[in-house]
Amino acid sequence: MPNSSKNSGSQGEWTTIIRPRTGWFDIDLRELWRYRDLIVMFVKRNFAVLYKQTILGPAWVLLNPLLTSVLFNVVFGGIAGLSTDGTPSFLFYMAGNTVWTFFSTCINNTANTFVANSQVFGKVYFPRLTTPISQVLTSLINFFIQAAMFVVFWLYFWLTGAQMHLTVWMWALPLVILQVMLLGLGVGIIVSSLTTKYRDLAIAVSFGVQLWMYISPVVYPLSTLGDSPRLAFLMRLNPMTAPVEIFRTATLGTGSADLGMFVYSLVFTAVALFIGVILFSRIEKTFMDTV
Amino acid sequence: MSVTEKNPVIEVRGLKKQYKLGQIGGGTLTHDLQSWWARVRGKEDPNTIIGTDQRLFGQTFMALNGVDLTVYQGEALGIIGRNGAGKSTLLKILSRITAPTEGEIRLKGRVASMLEVGTGFNNEMTGRENIYMNGAILGMTKAEIDAKVDEIIAFSECGDFIDTPVKRYSSGMFVKLAFAVAAHLDSEIMVMDEVLAVGDMKFQQKCLGKMSDVAGQEGRTVLYVSHNMSTIRQLCTRCVVLDKGRVIFDGDVEQAIAIYMDTTDVNVVHYDLKDVSRMNQSAGKRLRLESLDFVGKESSVFADTEKMRIRITWRVSEPFAGVNLKMNLHYRDSTPVGITHPVNLGAAEPGRLYATEFEFDPSLLGEGQYFFYLDIFDGALAQAVCLDKPVTEFAFEVTSADLSMPTWAAGWGRVHFPAVKLLSTETEG
Repeated sequence: MPNSSKNSGSQGEWTTIIRPRTGWFDIDLRELWRYRDLIVMFVKRNFAVLYKQTILGPAWVLLNPLLTSVLFNVVFGGIAGLSTDGTPSFLFYMAGNTVWTFFSTCINNTANTFVANSQVFGKVYFPRLTTPISQVLTSLINFFIQAAMFVVFWLYFWLTGAQMHLTVWMWALPLVILQVMLLGLGVGIIVSSLTTKYRDLAIAVSFGVQLWMYISPVVYPLSTLGDSPRLAFLMRLNPMTAPVEIFRTATLGTGSADLGMFVYSLVFTAVALFIGVILFSRIEKTFMDTV
Repeated sequence: MSVTEKNPVIEVRGLKKQYKLGQIGGGTLTHDLQSWWARVRGKEDPNTIIGTDQRLFGQTFMALNGVDLTVYQGEALGIIGRNGAGKSTLLKILSRITAPTEGEIRLKGRVASMLEVGTGFNNEMTGRENIYMNGAILGMTKAEIDAKVDEIIAFSECGDFIDTPVKRYSSGMFVKLAFAVAAHLDSEIMVMDEVLAVGDMKFQQKCLGKMSDVAGQEGRTVLYVSHNMSTIRQLCTRCVVLDKGRVIFDGDVEQAIAIYMDTTDVNVVHYDLKDVSRMNQSAGKRLRLESLDFVGKESSVFADTEKMRIRITWRVSEPFAGVNLKMNLHYRDSTPVGITHPVNLGAAEPGRLYATEFEFDPSLLGEGQYFFYLDIFDGALAQAVCLDKPVTEFAFEVTSADLSMPTWAAGWGRVHFPAVKLLSTETEG
């Protein structure tokens, strides 16, 4: 690259230098921090867009997991008769579903970042990562609302004397929640970067996330695979196995959470996020030329 | 820093931007796989659009071809040039929407780009919420907006409706609010792409005044792109003319405008319109103009006794009962001259290439260089929907051959009407 060295004005005063796309890791985290108010605004907008002009409004946040849990309870617990490790089956499904919904909305809402925002991205610059970050924060708030509903049901079952108890894994939950969010973000932005070239990937991803749920211990406990070590090992390769199992072990007292799979899952998340951010920062500089 | 010393705030060095022509990728994985499989077997790619110019594939085009520019603090710099000269690309790189291919830009301070007013406005949110939203997108923090929100509301003249969702706003109010936010940014450098072309005249003047203040008194730097020479004259202290991706002039505003007007190309008699950009997002989708020719001419210079024959080709992607065509005529400095009466082109259905030839009589125009836009629209005039309007300026020159006309004088405007019809002359005495 021809680098002109004619200096007018002292070198130190330049605050921004715009250059051709270079290097692999080219992301300005300090700038992202400067735009934190924008992230907050985006989160507010996401809620405004989601619930304005709907009949039930915010009630959907609760209705959705509630109906799904009931359905799982009937189909997988009642009809298929899958084990729930001896815990109240309704709580079992609600626990799994709450974590899974959080994860899947994180992916689904970030996977179309570039395509959905191409209009705005084409007209004004701001760190593009603010969009997917605001999406996962929106999902996080929804998750907290749904987790609160889970606590209400948990208390009800506890008061009626159901067999369950909290475990020390409780203390790992904040980290687990953060991890689920970052894993969703990582996978989502990888997909969003690839969808700038392949639009049909966006359709594949919502389908893929659905399939992913069935290879995660959401509607069945990991312990049902106990008599098939090879299957159990494959399950543990799934980075979402640990968060779901830990959430249940922590709140219901039964489950097969262990430190090994948690660490594996954390490492997987870190790698996915790293790859995602790199891909994303590469794509964001030139994708406007290809849309 | 002393006041007399010029402080450079933008330094552009050897800036180049390359675009690939033709289709880039199929867009879907299956198409890419299909194309790849066809290539492997040596067959014709099933995904190339029939009739597209194969020579363009893989070819590149330099939208900017080595631009050097230094802008000093407090300047209001105008950037003018024909369509395709690279103005928009330069602004896009400056506002970091896309990266350059070569070269670099150094900046001092934040850049607020207004390539469009109201970017990120959300219809469901109120005016006040949108001020915060838009401000944040343009790089302001919440505290900065808090400090200015009253000033912004006052400037926007939307005070009574500020807590109403903007979907209930008229388009004029929408624009005023959007401009008000952008005009109150704290950024040291403001980049504007013809945003003043919207809104009513009174508000336009208010905006221009505000921008002059921003540059002159507050010591901030304004970069302004426009086709409207009168706003360039009013706002800018210096002007750059871009042509074919290079700076061909840099300096005095009046000189720049004169040079810009000389770049009008009357030697072009054929225009390929397939890949040129359109006036708005929806134009060119349902109906697309593919080419325009001045028939039987080697240059588009017409005597005012001559009729202009124009041939256009176009396609539709859905059936139409009848589409209308009009010409929007401008003088070479972009002053509007007038429009032609709409004419109905008749019914059209997809899958065919239509070639329409029509005649325009330039005899009413005074001597000089003009250009026109073609506007094809659907529906009655009151609710006309634009179907296609390429941004291409079709240039032509009118020369005086009518010996009964006196030499054209400045100040006469552009149009001469038919001679008055004498009814009677009476003599007395």
